[in-house]
Parts: sequence; C-alpha cells; structure tokens
Amino acid sequence: MANFFPKWTNQLPWKLVVCLGVLGASVTAGITYYFTPKYTRVGYQPTQPVPFSHALHVQQLGMDCRYCHSFVEVASHSNVPSVQTCMSCHTQVKADSPRLTAVRAAWNGGKADGPPVNWVRIHQVPDYVYFNHAAHVNRGVSCYSCHGAVNEMAVVYQHQPQSMSWCLDCHRAPENNLRPPGEIYNMNWKAESPEQQREMGLKFKEEWDVNPPVSCGGCHR
Amino acid sequence: MLKYFFTVFAFLGLIVLAMAGFRGAKSTRPPIEIFPDMDRQPKVKAQTPSGFFANGSAARPPVDGSVPLGYTMPQQKPVDGEADASPYKKIIFSGAPDYTDTGKMGENWGTGLPFDVTPAVVGRGQERYGIYCAVCHGATGAGNGIAKQLGVATVQSLLQERIRVMSDGEIFNTITHGKNTMLGYGDRIQVPDRWAIIAYVRALQKSQGGATLSDVPEAGRAKLEAGQ
Repeated sequence: MANFFPKWTNQLPWKLVVCLGVLGASVTAGITYYFTPKYTRVGYQPTQPVPFSHALHVQQLGMDCRYCHSFVEVASHSNVPSVQTCMSCHTQVKADSPRLTAVRAAWNGGKADGPPVNWVRIHQVPDYVYFNHAAHVNRGVSCYSCHGAVNEMAVVYQHQPQSMSWCLDCHRAPENNLRPPGEIYNMNWKAESPEQQREMGLKFKEEWDVNPPVSCGGCHR
Repeated sequence: MLKYFFTVFAFLGLIVLAMAGFRGAKSTRPPIEIFPDMDRQPKVKAQTPSGFFANGSAARPPVDGSVPLGYTMPQQKPVDGEADASPYKKIIFSGAPDYTDTGKMGENWGTGLPFDVTPAVVGRGQERYGIYCAVCHGATGAGNGIAKQLGVATVQSLLQERIRVMSDGEIFNTITHGKNTMLGYGDRIQVPDRWAIIAYVRALQKSQGGATLSDVPEAGRAKLEAGQ
C-alpha cells in the first residue's frame, strides 16, 4: 500500500500550531495595544476655528487658567470663555488679525450675538459619566494631572487617555496626584520626588478627607 | 512553508503598523469609539450646539430681569478649616438693585465694603486680582501689565489720585460693566470677589504711598522694622 500522506505532512501539525500560536498572540497584542483610549484618544489634536495658542497666552503672557476658564472652581463644566473674554484684550491687541476673524464675527461689533466660535471639543468623557471639575480642583487635583502641560501646547491635544481605568487609578490612590492648594493652577509645579509626592499626598488626603468614590454611583448616575 | 508564513506575517504586521502608527501620535482625526454604546446622547450639555433652537446654540441667554440664585456646590467640604465662614463657596451673580450688587446707594455711588474685611477677604482679593486684573493693571496696580506692553493703549494706573479717591461703589461698577476701553468682568467675577478685589486694590494703593507704620497691625510692626 502506497503512502497515503506524503512525508512532509509529518511536520504539518506542529507547524500549524506554531502559525496559529503566533497569529493568536499577535492579534491579542494588537488589540491590547490599539483597542484602548491610550491609542484611540491620546494625541487627538483637531484644527480649531481660531489658532489659539495656550503656550503664548500662559507661558509668555503669564495668564492664569481661570482668566478664561472662569468657572472651573465653582461648576462641574470648565467653561470655554465667552467672546467678551477674548475681546477684553483683542479689541486692541491684534485687533485686525485675520486669525481672529471668527472671534470678531461672534463679537459682532460689541453686540456679542454673532455666530459662536465652534471650538472642537477634545476631552470628552462619555455622556453617562458626570465629571465635576470643581470637585477636583478644589480638592488638590491640578489641571495638569488630567490635561498635561497645556501651557506648553501651541495646539492643544489630548494628553491622557481619560478612560475608566485611568480614572480609577487615581481614585484608588489619589495621593499620587494631590497638590498643595496654591499650586493647582501652577502648570510648572513638580513634586521633589515620587516619595515626597506620596508622603505629601497622604497628608492632604488625611487632612482634607479625600475619599474618591470607586463605586459606580460616584461617576455614573 | 513556515518561511512563507512568516514573510507574509511580517509584511502584514508592517502594514498594520504603517497604517495605525503608535500610541500617542498626534492626529487631527476624531477619536475612534470602538464600542460607542451610549457614549453620545442627544441631550443638552453645557456649551454645545443644538439643532433645536434657531441660532444653533443649546445655551439660552437669561430672560431680561432674571436673577441667578446662589447655591452651594454639592460635595463641598471645608478645605481650609474655615470654609463654613467663607462667602466664596457659593456661586453668586446677583442682579439685585441693592448696594452690594450695584455699588449704588440711591442715585449716588456708595463707598465701603458690604461685609467685614478680614485677612481672608484681602487674600482672596489678591488672588482674584492676580487672575483677572494684573494682566492689564500690573501686579502692583501701576497700570503696566503685560497686555499694556502688547498694545492695550489706555490702561489706567490704579495708584493715581483719581482712583484713590474714587468711591468703592464706582470701582465696583467699573469691574462689573467696564469703562471706556475696558470691557466688563461682571460675567466672570462673582459679586463678593469684586468687593474683595476692591479691598485688595485699596491695600495696594496704601502700600504704594500713604501708608504709615500705624497702618500695620502691632504684631507685624517689629517684623517690618527689623526688615528695614
């Protein structure tokens, strides 16, 4: 009786196992790497209708975050400034700049009833997440912790994934991000060392009674 | 056979990498939402567009004569131990016609702060001044802020005699509604904060001439003299 299977088929089973193993491992690795906000969200840098540079306004002019984002301390939503805020200076500074065309259109010669500037929103948690800016900045979490060094960004991009696991990392160990109250809006502040940050954070956590919720109802309602 | 498999495999891997890139790469494309679930709901959110209203904006301007009510933030707990006494834990933008909200007593500007001036109030005023005023008026009130250097032409020095003798109520009104080329800040600075800023401006004016040692609390005098 002739050999029904040629000799090379002896090798086939283990070769198939190797191929499927490698394939499976790389698909798993690919999904782990790509199917996460660390890939899908971080680095999102849309083109804005007005080329506003945080680097210029914060680094060079030394403006405080709250000059424009004026309600971050008292509201859940950190507001984009009203056109009047822009025009407080830009009625005179760079008053004719073509880059400010959309702002001037919204200002409409002082009536402030023009078409609003359609800023493209970058940081956006799902609509069933109720994030409160005031609760965070008033209890020692800096802008920097969630938004990165916006003061150095000529064009803003998303710096942190802002996924649920990322939120929970901090809610479970807030001591790694709590700052002295005077340094919340100081984007250049750094703890001396991770140990010092932790030690200080634990102190603030104790003193301010910081107990971030880790139950569903803390953020979803 | 394995040779072919790994060649094709490496090639496919390269294609995926070339198309998808690495984590953190800058991109103008909106984020891919792999499982959109109920992430984006057709509800009105702060500062969002809405197709429901003719002007395309979800936000509605307040009706004429409406008075925003102050309210305490939920989950607001004392941070500094004296938060209960602090008037700043509330959002207060009142349109009431009284002195506190207009700076006017009858037909005339009134003067004096409508609440007790404590070190905490002046400290708050200093902080708010630094955020909103120093950009133009300068950290010392001399009218030499960064915006002045960039082309805001007519920044007033807060240390000049005209402002020194100006009533608190008129300054309050100027902060609220602006004056000449200065636009109003009433939409951003809450009522008690405007008064706190006035308290701090008065302190600035005193510190830049006119203050004597008797203005310094007794506890601080020795310290000041030792420094000089």
